[in-house]
Amino acid sequence: MEAYISGLGNISAQETFDNSVFLENIKKLNPPLAFCIEPNYKEFIQPIQLRRMGRILRMGVTAAAKCLNDAGVEIPDAIITGTGLGLVQDTEKFLTAVIENEEKFLTPTSFIQSTHNTVGAHIAVMLKCNNYNFTYVHSNISFESALLDSMMQIDEYPGLKVLLGGLDEMTETYFKITDKAGLWNKYYPEGQLPQIPEKAIAGEGATYFIITGVSNPENYAKFTGVSTFYKPKSTEVITSNMLKFLSINGLTINDIDLVLLGQNDTAGDSIYNAMKSGILVGTNQGYYKHLCGEYYTSSAFAAWLAANLLKRQVVPDTVLLNGKQTKPLKNILIWNHFRNINHSFMLLSAC
Amino acid sequence: MPRRVVVTGIGIISSIGDNISETLQSLKSQKSGIGPLTILNTLHKDTFPAGEIKLTNNELELLAGEDIPEFPTRTTLLGIIAAKEAYRDAGLQPGALTSVKTGIVSATTVGGMDQTEQYYFDFFTSDRHLHYVHTHDCCDNTETIAECLGITDFMTTVSSACSSSANAIMFGARLIKHGIADRIIAGGTDALSKFTLNGFNTLKILNEKPCRPFSNDRNGLNLGEGAAFIVLEAEEIPVRENRKIYCEITGYANANDAYHQTASSPDGYGPYLAMKNALDMSGLKAGQIDYINAHGTGTDNNDLTEGLAIEKIFLPQIPKVSSTKAFTGHTLGAAGAIEAVFSILSIRHGLIFPNLNYSGKINELNFEPTLQLTEGAEVKNVLSNSFGFGGNDSSLIFSKY
Repeated sequence: MEAYISGLGNISAQETFDNSVFLENIKKLNPPLAFCIEPNYKEFIQPIQLRRMGRILRMGVTAAAKCLNDAGVEIPDAIITGTGLGLVQDTEKFLTAVIENEEKFLTPTSFIQSTHNTVGAHIAVMLKCNNYNFTYVHSNISFESALLDSMMQIDEYPGLKVLLGGLDEMTETYFKITDKAGLWNKYYPEGQLPQIPEKAIAGEGATYFIITGVSNPENYAKFTGVSTFYKPKSTEVITSNMLKFLSINGLTINDIDLVLLGQNDTAGDSIYNAMKSGILVGTNQGYYKHLCGEYYTSSAFAAWLAANLLKRQVVPDTVLLNGKQTKPLKNILIWNHFRNINHSFMLLSAC
Repeated sequence: MPRRVVVTGIGIISSIGDNISETLQSLKSQKSGIGPLTILNTLHKDTFPAGEIKLTNNELELLAGEDIPEFPTRTTLLGIIAAKEAYRDAGLQPGALTSVKTGIVSATTVGGMDQTEQYYFDFFTSDRHLHYVHTHDCCDNTETIAECLGITDFMTTVSSACSSSANAIMFGARLIKHGIADRIIAGGTDALSKFTLNGFNTLKILNEKPCRPFSNDRNGLNLGEGAAFIVLEAEEIPVRENRKIYCEITGYANANDAYHQTASSPDGYGPYLAMKNALDMSGLKAGQIDYINAHGTGTDNNDLTEGLAIEKIFLPQIPKVSSTKAFTGHTLGAAGAIEAVFSILSIRHGLIFPNLNYSGKINELNFEPTLQLTEGAEVKNVLSNSFGFGGNDSSLIFSKY
């Protein structure tokens, strides 16, 4: 399966909305949470609509519009979305109203928008797009599920142009509750949680791709594989899954020019570190969550980053964990896990 | 030749039964599960009847078995019960090792909201119920079911409002056709919650009486709760292992109405596209569909537009059509899977289920739903519709194997 990337649209904690520049002014994220740099929505959404739309809906619709424009696509053949949390702000708003008003005096807008497929649906209504429209909501493999579906669509009909997105929003309330529940503590093996755990910086983002089976020199890069797995029992299982994934795609670990790891900071965690000194010891290693923060669809940001690296053939120092990038970049492997529950591999290659 | 995908196991729990045999009994005796709310603690419990499962969470835990997590949500409990039944029905042992590449695709609309809405403010002030923060996400039911069944190869969760679990089944079938898995357990689960009850109430589409799908004086829907799962397999596996095959999934399609977040277009273009594309995929002619299990929620908007879309495809020969929502209520994220199970039972047992509470033909339509239970019919092909918010429209076609 090969899916060429012909358009990008990315709203993140960095200046990523303008596709003509690439990570020129990198912003250092401050704990505990990092919000997106939001564009001027008025250029993309009518004011009357804008007022009613929550943040993630604004971000999603705008990033999608940017992406369609970048690829020169008017109506995509499918809209496939991954979102771990859906529309958190609207869900909170309606939930709070239900509880505080004791089920009285409620209005429908936030309930309607709390539905997980609202962003994909909204894009369909705006574009009058009657085509296939799916939304995946599985924690940190939501984007990967959407990518797999998109690649299967293209495998069935290579001419399709699929609008693929990964997006999640962060709110102060959601952060407060989940922080209390320990969601942002870095991964520690069972029984080894320290008194004061180190924490990830929570983030958010909306990243869209147009992908197609049609090759074109203008394309950014191509997705060549995606795979997910659940609660590996040991590092050996991760290693063997990684080798199997590469071999299905006709590669060995020596063919990987850069591995992008989902670790939150340079220190990593016990899972990443075991692999870095194991099978990945001879591979150039980079990371991305210091740029976008930790969120369920941050792997969409990683894929955006990889597509740009492959197209531009430069790796900024801030992305690298070890050494300098020298040789031409052909294959980038992205490996992410969240709390060692769901793991994912994505493979991107130069066109 | 593309791989053929067959159904080898089914499992269900809803207000008309805790398992397949109770459900079949209720369908045959035309016993509705819609009545006053007694479990969900809501201000509206005397106003809006619903298809509520009359078991407390503690009672559901006993049905779910001993291998369940310490603090399950109601959504997850319902899912475990239905998924285990489907697995066993397929002749598979939950938790047993298998060499067959196995995955799960589940669906839900509100996930663990049933617990979150009880403890939301506690989350800020105490640590007592913080475990429910982890079970709030839509994927909680999927991962818990996967652990009960011993699935680690593949999993994901779909959420697209009321078509969610039809979409889970569709994706499951596609995963098998693409060889990404050889066996997928697919379905969905949703528990009643104050969140959804109040949400639908703000839209003014809840009925204070049992719903009357496809009636001219229909007056809104009843909510319900439940879960259903079906085991999908590449044909060669049950054939090789000499296990029973219920039917084949021969067609499916998802389309978007692209009209409005909550209302369907006046002529039901999205529903039309979903049915038409599913038919085209199956290679069947419209006249070969023996039964349509309609979405038929009992709202003004849905039943009219779905009816018009059915007419556009099937006139002059409309097959038997019924909505089973008057049995179960609208079970949202579980509805597509629950009605897929009804469609499979229709083929298996030669049954066509009646459309309850009917009171007279919709003025704008030229057909009436089927009102009597048909037994001993030869049902070869069933079309099942599921339509949701955001104009998300899906149709599945099950065919005799």
